[in-house]
Amino acid sequence: MRHIISILIENESGALSRVAGLFSARGYNIESLTVAPTEDPSLSRMTLVTRGSDDIIEQITKQLNKLIDVVKLIDLADSVHIERELMMVKIKTTEHTREEIRGMAAIFRGKIIDVTPTTYVVEMTGPSSKLDAFIAGIDGGTIIEVVRSGPTGISRGEKGLHL
Amino acid sequence: MELNGAQIVIQSLKDEGVEYIFGYPGGAVLHLYDAIFQQDDVKHILVRHEQGATHAADGYARATGKPGVVLVTSGPGATNAVTGIATAYMDSIPMVIISGQVPSPVIGSDAFQEVDMVGITRPCVKHNFLVKDVTKLAETIKKAFYVATTGRPGPVVVDVPKDITDPGIKVPYKYPKKVSIRSYNPAVTGHKGQIKKAVDLLLTAQKPIIYSGGGVVLGEASKELTEFAHTLGFPVTNTLMGLGAYPATDKQFVGMLGMHGTYEANMAMHESDVIIAIGARFDDRVTGKLDEFCPHAQIIHIDVDPASISKTVKVAIPIVGEVKPVLEQMLEIIRENKKKPSKKALENWWNQIEQWRSVKCLEYDRESRLIKPQYVIEQLYEVTKGDAYITSDVGQHQMWAAQYYPFDKPRRWINSGGLGTMGFGLPAAIGVKLAFPDSEVACVTGDASIQMCIQELSTALQYKTPIKIINLNNSYMGMVRQWQEFSYESRYSHSYMDTIPEFVKLAEAYGHVGMRIDKPEEVRPALEEAFAMKDRTVFLDILTDRTENVYPMIEAGKGHHDMTLRVASGTSTDRELA
Repeated sequence: MRHIISILIENESGALSRVAGLFSARGYNIESLTVAPTEDPSLSRMTLVTRGSDDIIEQITKQLNKLIDVVKLIDLADSVHIERELMMVKIKTTEHTREEIRGMAAIFRGKIIDVTPTTYVVEMTGPSSKLDAFIAGIDGGTIIEVVRSGPTGISRGEKGLHL
Repeated sequence: MELNGAQIVIQSLKDEGVEYIFGYPGGAVLHLYDAIFQQDDVKHILVRHEQGATHAADGYARATGKPGVVLVTSGPGATNAVTGIATAYMDSIPMVIISGQVPSPVIGSDAFQEVDMVGITRPCVKHNFLVKDVTKLAETIKKAFYVATTGRPGPVVVDVPKDITDPGIKVPYKYPKKVSIRSYNPAVTGHKGQIKKAVDLLLTAQKPIIYSGGGVVLGEASKELTEFAHTLGFPVTNTLMGLGAYPATDKQFVGMLGMHGTYEANMAMHESDVIIAIGARFDDRVTGKLDEFCPHAQIIHIDVDPASISKTVKVAIPIVGEVKPVLEQMLEIIRENKKKPSKKALENWWNQIEQWRSVKCLEYDRESRLIKPQYVIEQLYEVTKGDAYITSDVGQHQMWAAQYYPFDKPRRWINSGGLGTMGFGLPAAIGVKLAFPDSEVACVTGDASIQMCIQELSTALQYKTPIKIINLNNSYMGMVRQWQEFSYESRYSHSYMDTIPEFVKLAEAYGHVGMRIDKPEEVRPALEEAFAMKDRTVFLDILTDRTENVYPMIEAGKGHHDMTLRVASGTSTDRELA
C-alpha cells in the first residue's frame, strides 16, 4: 500500500542523506521525496512516498525514528489528510491544438504560465492522481517535458506535526 | 580557560573520564598527537593497524561497559577503522571514534588522504558528526559520548578537520556536564500495561523458555535475569552474545541456542508455548528458517530498541525499555501476584527437557589420538578455573569456545557475533588486558583468523599486556571447510592455506613465548606452563584434528527441530581428510 510519511528533521547537512541512505541500505522502496525548511529554520520538513506491506511500513517508521536527526514523523495514511503535488508541463503547440490545450488546462484548473509561438507551459497542483489524469488526457507526442515536485501532504483538522 | 582545538579534544576526553585512547597518528591528526604528547592523563595505545585500534577499544568496552575510544587519521586511517566500527555497530558496543579530516577549506577537492568519513560510516554508526566550528567541539564530543552510551549503545564517529585543531586558534573551553538532544530520547522503563500483560501470559505458560541475549550484558541486568529465572523456575537459553548473562553452570541453563546451539535449547524453543525474549534480536543465526521458528509459541519481547521488535519475528507482547528496569518492574508484579506458575506443567516440561539433554549433543571422541579442539577448550576452562576473559576470532574455534567454556559471569566472553569479524580476537584481548591487568585473558583463535591482525603482537609487547593465545591450528578456515563438506560435496575451494607461518618463531620474533603442541597429553601441561608465565604473552600453537566439525548444526534454511547431530564415529564424515 502507498504511504505518505511526513518527517520533521534537523535542518543540517547530511540529514537528507541519512534518510536516503537508510532506504537504500535496507532495501525499502522510495517513490518520491521532497524537502524544504519550515517556519523554524532549524527544522526541515520532508515528505516521503513509499510502498510496502504493513510490516515493512512499521519497520520504515521505526528505523526513521531511530535516526538521531529525525525529530518527529507521522504516516499520513493513518489519518484523513490532504495531498498536493505541483507539476509543470511543457507542451508543443500548433495553431490547431492551442485551444484544446487551454481547455484541458481549464478543466484541471491548471494555468498557462509561459507562452512561446510553439509551446505552452502548464502549471497544475493537486493530488498525484489528478496530475496523472491530465498527462493521460493530452497527446503524449506533444509533451516536451514534465516536472513534478513529488507529493507533499498535511493532515486535516487541528492535529498537526510540530514540536 | 582558553584552549586550542587539539587541546579541547584531549581535555574533553579527560573530563569524560577516558582512560585509554587506541590510535595511530598521521597528517590530519598531528595537532592532536602534539596535544597528547603534552599530557599524561589520557594514555594513548599505539596499535600497528587502525583495525586493531577499533577492536582493542571494542574489547575494552565489552569487558568494562565503558565506551572505547579510537583516534585515527584521515583517508586510509579512517577507512582501516571501518571494519572495527561496523563490528561494534552490529554488537551495539559503545565507542567514540575521532577521525582526522583534511582542512575544511579543501574538503571536497580530493585532497591528499581525503575520504568522506561521515559518508562512509553512515550505515555502520549510531550517529556521526563533522565538526565545523571549534567553539562547538567540546559539546560535540559530549554529544558523541551521550549517544554512544545511552539507549541501544553503538559507535559514534566525530570527524575533525585539521584546521579545527589549529594550535594558533584558542577559544574558551567548558565541557558540558550534560547534553540533551531534542530528537533523541531513548525509553528507560517499560509500559506498565504491557508488563502486566506479559506477566499474566508467563504465569499461564505450560512450556515456557527465557531466551536472553547481548542486551542483558549491555544493560547490566544479569542479576535481575538470574533472579527472574529463579523466581519462575523457567529454563534459560542464551544467544552467542548473551553468554555469561546467565550463569552457564546453573541447572536452569539449557545452553546456547541457534545454528550451533544445544539440542535441548533448540528443541525447547521449538516446542515452547511462551517465549520471553530479553535483549535479543531474533538474528537469523538464532531463528533458522523463519517460517518454522517456534510454531507453537506466543512471544514476549523486551528491547530498548523499538526497531528490533517484530523486525523478523512478529511478537505478541512488545515491551520497549531497558532490560534492567523492565525486569525489576516484572519481578515486582510477579511477587505481588497470587497466581504462581503451574508446578505440574513445569515438572512435565523439565522432564521433557531432561530427555533432550540426555542426548548429550556436545559429546565428542575423547579417545582420539589427535588433539580435539573441544578438549583444548575444556582444559582451558579448568586451568583458568572458569574465571578468565576469553576473546575469540570467528569460525569453528569461536563456536567451540562458546560451547565448551561455560561462562558464569557477564562480560567474560568477548567475540564478534553480529559482523563475524576475523582478526577481532587478538586486539580485543589487548584492550581487555589493559582494563583488567590482574585477570587472565586468553584469545581463542584459529590459524586463519589470527593472521588477520597478527601485527598487534607487537602492540602487546610494547604495552606489556601478557595474554595467552590459544591457536586451534587445523590448517583450514575450519568453518568454511565444514560448510564445503556439508553443502559442496567436500570441494574445499580455497579454504586451505598451503603455507602457514611457523607460529612459534613468529611469536618469538615479536618478543613473545611460542609453544607448539601436537599430542593430547601435552595440552594440559602446556596450558599450565603458559598461564604460569604471568608477565609474558604466550602463543600456543595447538595442532588439532583437521576433520573436526562443529555440532550440533542447523544448516541454513532449516528449523530448530531439524538439527544435524554428530555422527556415531564422532568426527567428520570425510575420511579422506584424515
